[in-house]
Amino acid sequence: MATTADHFQGHVDDHHGHADHDHKPSFFARWFMSTNHKDIGTMYLVFAIFAGVIGGAVSGIMRAELMHPGIQYLGMVASFFGDDASDFNATLHMWNVLITAHGLIMVFFVVMPATIGGFGNWFVPLMIGAPDMAFPRMNNISFWLTFAGFCSLMMSAFVPGGLGNGAGTGWTVYAPLSTYGSTGPAVDFGIFALHLAGAGSIMGAINLITTIFNMRAPGMTMHKMPLFAWSVLVTAFLLLLSLPVLAAAITMLLTDRNFGTTFFDPAGGGDPVLYQHLFWFFGHPEVYIMILPAFGMISQIISTFSKKPVFGYLGMAYAMVAIGVVGFIVWAHHMYTTGLSVNTKMYFTAATMVIAVPTGIKIFSWIATMWGGSLEFKSPMVWALGFIFLFTVGGVTGVVLANGGVDDVLHDTYYVVAHFHYVLSLGAVTALFAGFYYWFPKMSGRMHSEFLAHVHFWIFFIGVNLIFFPMHFLGLQGMPRRYPDYAEAYTHWNQVATIGYMIMAVSIVVWFLNIVYAFTAGKRAEGNYWGEGATTLEWTLSSPPPFHQFETLPVIEDGAHH
Amino acid sequence: MKSGHQVRPTSLKISHLGKALGLSLALAMLPSAALAAAPTPLPAYSTPAAGAPGAQAPVAADKGAASAEVAGNPVNNEGPTKDAAALPGYTPMKPTPGIGMPVDGGIGLQKQFSPFGEYGHWIHDVVLMPLVAAMTILVLVLLVWVAIRFNRRANPIASRTSHNTLLEVAWTLIPVLILVCIAVPSIDLIAKQYKPAPKTALTVKITGNQWFWTYSYPDNGEFEVNSYMLNLPGQPIINAGIREVGSKPWDGPSHMEVDNRMVVPAGEPIRLQITAADVIHSFAVPSLWFKLDAVPGRINEKVLFVEKPGVYYGQCSELCGVKHGYMPIAIEALPRAQYNAWVLAHAGGVIDGQKKLADTTTQAPAAAPAADASEAVPADNASEAVPSVETTASPAA
Repeated sequence: MATTADHFQGHVDDHHGHADHDHKPSFFARWFMSTNHKDIGTMYLVFAIFAGVIGGAVSGIMRAELMHPGIQYLGMVASFFGDDASDFNATLHMWNVLITAHGLIMVFFVVMPATIGGFGNWFVPLMIGAPDMAFPRMNNISFWLTFAGFCSLMMSAFVPGGLGNGAGTGWTVYAPLSTYGSTGPAVDFGIFALHLAGAGSIMGAINLITTIFNMRAPGMTMHKMPLFAWSVLVTAFLLLLSLPVLAAAITMLLTDRNFGTTFFDPAGGGDPVLYQHLFWFFGHPEVYIMILPAFGMISQIISTFSKKPVFGYLGMAYAMVAIGVVGFIVWAHHMYTTGLSVNTKMYFTAATMVIAVPTGIKIFSWIATMWGGSLEFKSPMVWALGFIFLFTVGGVTGVVLANGGVDDVLHDTYYVVAHFHYVLSLGAVTALFAGFYYWFPKMSGRMHSEFLAHVHFWIFFIGVNLIFFPMHFLGLQGMPRRYPDYAEAYTHWNQVATIGYMIMAVSIVVWFLNIVYAFTAGKRAEGNYWGEGATTLEWTLSSPPPFHQFETLPVIEDGAHH
Repeated sequence: MKSGHQVRPTSLKISHLGKALGLSLALAMLPSAALAAAPTPLPAYSTPAAGAPGAQAPVAADKGAASAEVAGNPVNNEGPTKDAAALPGYTPMKPTPGIGMPVDGGIGLQKQFSPFGEYGHWIHDVVLMPLVAAMTILVLVLLVWVAIRFNRRANPIASRTSHNTLLEVAWTLIPVLILVCIAVPSIDLIAKQYKPAPKTALTVKITGNQWFWTYSYPDNGEFEVNSYMLNLPGQPIINAGIREVGSKPWDGPSHMEVDNRMVVPAGEPIRLQITAADVIHSFAVPSLWFKLDAVPGRINEKVLFVEKPGVYYGQCSELCGVKHGYMPIAIEALPRAQYNAWVLAHAGGVIDGQKKLADTTTQAPAAAPAADASEAVPADNASEAVPSVETTASPAA
């Protein structure tokens, strides 16, 4: 801390806030050898948008295929990736490749890079009054490892992975389908992608923890830190503790695949269920890794547009800590049907339901924050309100699924698909859009169109609900996940879902138009364009902030917080 | 409380089979090795019926054929199993539309035909759904209310309230109480599901394979039935040598009907032992509230109780490779007498440890009167396992 502060004291003569005084490196040095948290954050966001378009296109192919029973388009897709179009097994394999790619891309290369790498990088240092991240070069490595991981995943689609090209194991990569069940290098490429992205995320987590613990501005105690910084801190700890377990599990997969070990092979004394325990010990915290930063963003946005401090700040902060801690001891609720013992199943049922308590605290505190406020329905606020509702729907179906006895009929059906898309696709992604509209002018210096942002919201809101709400019905009726084809009785709601996808896709076009509008015709953004409700430190800076901010560290006065 | 339900295989046969299949699969992936691997004889875990001539095709040959298909070389193997219709004295039951299967446009759980299912259905419809709907509506109403009452025009000056201890304690404790109310029936349901079958219960062993199910009847002479999905009209051949769905009068819905159903007696507890020969599968029948993974190297055990004769459909529920979507489950529950007749129609099929009589067609009616009584009311030895009469939350082990 001391050295960092001293270093920047040396530049105290540069008046921050004047772009002319920024000495930006040349293009290549700036974007390929970056050590600037804002530039790296921008790269993460651009990367996440790029990956999101691919992941979204994959789900478009899936929804098109599922519009009618029978196999319609998969053969075409399979031949694009070099499979023999007349080979029906390769055609069906392509389906498994698509579901795997969609899951891995959206989790590891869209939501995580956008929330933690993108907004975390951009706004944690700004909010805590730090000049940059603690380890700027490691920050750069984190990004490029993630990028390399994505390349590895893309390459896997073009090499054999069993009966066709690509890894068709599902994003969970369950053994033994992923070991002796999938020959060829595709699954190895997929595992390598996870290793790289995981290593990048671990480094990012170390960076964020160090930054938050050591580089807060003078006077900013932990209990005065904005809730977004709190959310990223908790997330970083979850990453640090859970990703090594994933790395171990997939390394064991690699050795089972290539070096003759039998960790997950019963023929050598191994157990396939061991993999599931290891995977979900990572996998459950992972879902909180994706949603906690969203919680943080929503807290900032609700407070800003209510012109009120967050209600129950400490309760909000420690609710996130509680969610993080309890998130580590509920993993086997993903495994209720694997043949757990009765006591295990009872324990995980009870423990899982406990998570509803801190989550409820957050929902009610957001509403209480708005209660008595003076609400302004700017686009980020509308997205945030949408988030609260959609996340509630996803949350309560989580309470249903938490019951081990009820899960016996819902496990691995579309009910589960509906549940996790309500919390992640509709929850985390809605929060990402809220954060995007909240901070886009801050990052770019240009105002977006509020009109287009509202249009984007309403089309998106209608679209995603049409996609995912009927999936509850499909799941209750018993339709299993990961099926390219289905009995005729499932046709009706699948068609509705596909129509919903088309509507949602239109909203994404509106979003891109809005970005184009902002860069071509958008007004220049002031430092604090949201007005009196926006009280965190990033609003004291220009939009965009200077290349190096806080050359004189801000001092937080007593009594001010949130 | 002991778990007791999960039996580690005492013999490694199954594991060997899994490994062998995996290995042959691995070898067969290499184009050059495909031909060599296909005919490799695979050990069958259930030897007595395997080589027996009769209604069922030899199992070992079947598995060889299946592994050849795994290799991407579908072989015309004269039908992996003979069709159920070939059994003397047995005509498959015609399913009732909407029973034991999804209904078009349905928005709720399928109608349940087991005691656990009725209990679980009750928990879902009466305990969980009203609660989650109420929570969602509460949040929605509050959101709409704050949007109307506290928008900028209605409330220009924001309050600075940011704490209310009583409120915060309330919205922590009230959800805890609600969750306890959910947990009581929920934990009770789990306890009941784990109650093991009585010692005398019929055992059916289920093996998941890529991509078909094998049903083995160790209490009935260890014969085996392989169950493949019927091919779909207008689609490429999925299972070589299997007929198309709709070609027989008793065929149920496409994607769900199979050539040989898993036939079980209705109205008595059945011990299902589930394992897999290659990768993980999951044996799931929504209308019987049943889902249990088929894991290679493990035998998962659970009681199945079908209250009424009928056909109940399900589908594999764990991603298991390319034809994951094409290995459905069809359970045909029959009155005991008809079940006995079905057993005796199989080569090597015996009832209650007795060798079958020479003429199966005369045997079946003879067994009928005694078994008819067990149709409506569970047999004596079964009554202790009927979960609906149990109220205690402690499963015996």
